[in-house]
Amino acid sequence: CLKAIMPFGNTHNNFKLNYKVEEEFPDLSKHNNHMAKALTKEIYGKLRDKQTPSGYTLDDVIQTGVDNPGHPFIMTVGCVAGDEESYEVFKDLLDPIISDRHGGYKSTDKHKTDLNFENLKGGDDLDPNYVLSSRVRTGRSIKGYTLPPHNSRGERRAIEKLAVEALTSLDGEFKGKYYPLKSMTDAEQEQLISDHFLFDKPVSPLLTCAGMARDWPDARGIWHNDNKTFLVWVNEEDHLRVISMQKGGNMREVFRRFCVGLQKIEEIFKKHNHGFMWNEHLGYILTCPSNLGTGLRGGVHVKLPKLSTHAKFEEILTRLRLQKRGTGGVDTASVGGVFDISNADRLGSSEVEQVQLVVDGVKLMVEMEKKLEKGEAIDSMIPAQK
Amino acid sequence: MSGSFRRLISSRSTAVLLASLGAGTMATGVLLNENSSLAAEAKKKLYPPSSDYPDLRKHNNCMASALTPAVYAKLRDKVTPNNWTLDQCIQTGVDNPGHPFIKTVGCVAGDEESYEVFAELFDPVIKDRHNGYDPRTMKHPTDLDASKITHGIFDENYVLSSRVRTGRSIRGLSLPPACSRAERREVERVAVTALAGLKGDLAGHYYSLGDMTEKEQQQLIDDHFLFDKPVSPLLTCAFMARDWPDARGIWHNNDKTFLIWINEEDHTRVISMEKGGNMKRVFERFCSGLKQVEHLIQERGWEFMWNERLGYILTCPSNLGTGLRAGVHVRLPKLSKDPRFSKILNNLRLQKRGTGGVDTAATGDTFDISNLDRLGKSEVELVQLVVNGVNYLIECEKKLEKGQDIQVPPPLAQFKK
Repeated sequence: CLKAIMPFGNTHNNFKLNYKVEEEFPDLSKHNNHMAKALTKEIYGKLRDKQTPSGYTLDDVIQTGVDNPGHPFIMTVGCVAGDEESYEVFKDLLDPIISDRHGGYKSTDKHKTDLNFENLKGGDDLDPNYVLSSRVRTGRSIKGYTLPPHNSRGERRAIEKLAVEALTSLDGEFKGKYYPLKSMTDAEQEQLISDHFLFDKPVSPLLTCAGMARDWPDARGIWHNDNKTFLVWVNEEDHLRVISMQKGGNMREVFRRFCVGLQKIEEIFKKHNHGFMWNEHLGYILTCPSNLGTGLRGGVHVKLPKLSTHAKFEEILTRLRLQKRGTGGVDTASVGGVFDISNADRLGSSEVEQVQLVVDGVKLMVEMEKKLEKGEAIDSMIPAQK
Repeated sequence: MSGSFRRLISSRSTAVLLASLGAGTMATGVLLNENSSLAAEAKKKLYPPSSDYPDLRKHNNCMASALTPAVYAKLRDKVTPNNWTLDQCIQTGVDNPGHPFIKTVGCVAGDEESYEVFAELFDPVIKDRHNGYDPRTMKHPTDLDASKITHGIFDENYVLSSRVRTGRSIRGLSLPPACSRAERREVERVAVTALAGLKGDLAGHYYSLGDMTEKEQQQLIDDHFLFDKPVSPLLTCAFMARDWPDARGIWHNNDKTFLIWINEEDHTRVISMEKGGNMKRVFERFCSGLKQVEHLIQERGWEFMWNERLGYILTCPSNLGTGLRAGVHVRLPKLSKDPRFSKILNNLRLQKRGTGGVDTAATGDTFDISNLDRLGKSEVELVQLVVNGVNYLIECEKKLEKGQDIQVPPPLAQFKK
């Protein structure tokens, strides 16, 4: 019998268990996402009457993937976790999805965490004539609370309170201020927009269909340090999104600040018995399976007008284990030959390894761009698959 | 919820029986602490209702007016037999603060029992929205005898088209915010099977949203029949667009004068319409069609959700009672510019909309004029009210054409004493 404890999710309908699996199974015939690929009637039948201790169900996990069939060219994930236990209770569905999304990662594999910035080689000499800005972001979930698709207002507010307490206790280069979304002034809002810090109520149906925009803007906010180089989003798509950024090409410094800041924050949460969700198989636990592992996206805005039109551009990116986005972030187009280049991997390699790929890869691509400017060929520079 | 209770409600006929008892069995709801584990108890202590109470200070909707912290505390941990909760009822109202000039409802029902289990919220919301109608003390009249309508044919120099719509829910199946895919498909099956039994001028065809051809889709758009995936956050935040377009579709008769929407905002929306001003005939077809459909589903052991306090049960509290909107597209070039236009409409218990429907603006001088009320007056009363009101508006327009003055009519009484 279903005993919903904190039944947030729109799928806690008991009557559905009176219907056969075939009658409840979603129509995924027009779908192209990882969930649709992995979800068979057998798996659905096995998992549909299960729930996590907080009451999250299989139908909750998959709703976003049912509602968003996807695109023939872009394979979205199509499912989310409602809490830490989702990855256990629904592993029969989530393990194959994780494997498919993260390069064949097996359910027995272990993930390495390395936030020791001193292990990064170089990264302080990317040419600022090409590399306009550098940025590293990740997410963190706070143990003991359910995740954004599922959490109640009470939980979300408790997360905000704890986060604000932790962040406002930071000092030195990390001294800063918290701006709650629901009470910021027009002037503050304008400033945050100009700084490219402000996040808005999600409009993407990938997020809204997963219940992540509920109660907006209650308990959402932005914290940043006075130097405007370290920024934390509270209660957007994850409990915390942590961002270190600055203009120019000194990725090493960005990564140093990232690692140091994260460790300081983690210590404070641990003192309150609410450390970060992490395990040695999946690394850091986040809402979307695509962000498991490091949850890290390290990237630059870099001018590559010639290289980006080269026939082998895509192949070079693939071999370097990098991906391109427009300068507006995910799902935007590039403007004026400027691309957002970042690591493609999240799970199965450490933070240091992923940022190293970005640093080495971007350095190489800038050299290729310079060669193409001089009218020279770059074929001999094309790397082997990393 | 105990195993025996779940077995009890697992059969459809039992659910029908229990539901038709109305206020009795379901009223107390099922408290979460029955059969709950230690984790549930701990969670409740950690998060008292006050920690979960929504911030409604910037809100202007009926739910925000009615949901006091005390009511929230009392109802937060209750569930309907279907496991639907208060938080799910109010989510749409929390997510959509509303507009200073337009007071939306701000809550929905997930099932028939929501109106009982969460009566302490829904009763004041209903009172607010339906001009003081008190479900605890008043009864709603149902009257689908179209022969009672008089003067129901309008001057077609002014009235371009006439339309009557309502909704009907199938008892025993959860409503669009809460239904599972199988339940939604069951609604479709029940409705489509019944509609296939209609004959004569009501004989027609079903077009499933997911399976229709490009050609069929274009035809339905040209006929102004096609409904699309909801984009209004009022609906999407209430979970009504889940699994789109699964089990959604449109049925219409060959004459294109009787149309049913399946699984949009309600289980079924029933529409009778035609060009011109013969509202009487539109309403006759409406009543006849509804009665035949009801008979056809009853033959198979189903029935519509209805009780004598709230009339027909629909997803949005604003559509309780008759769920009926009877209206016309009417040209009123002079009257619409008269400063007394709004007052006249108000006193006649009519509302104007643009010709695109709710939340659209009028194009030119053509308005959609329909009844404001839904609950507390019968179908016949409301349609007669629209007939009388539209005839009055046309009289005003004619007078203004001749340069004569018009009068603002006295306000109509709200409920029968």
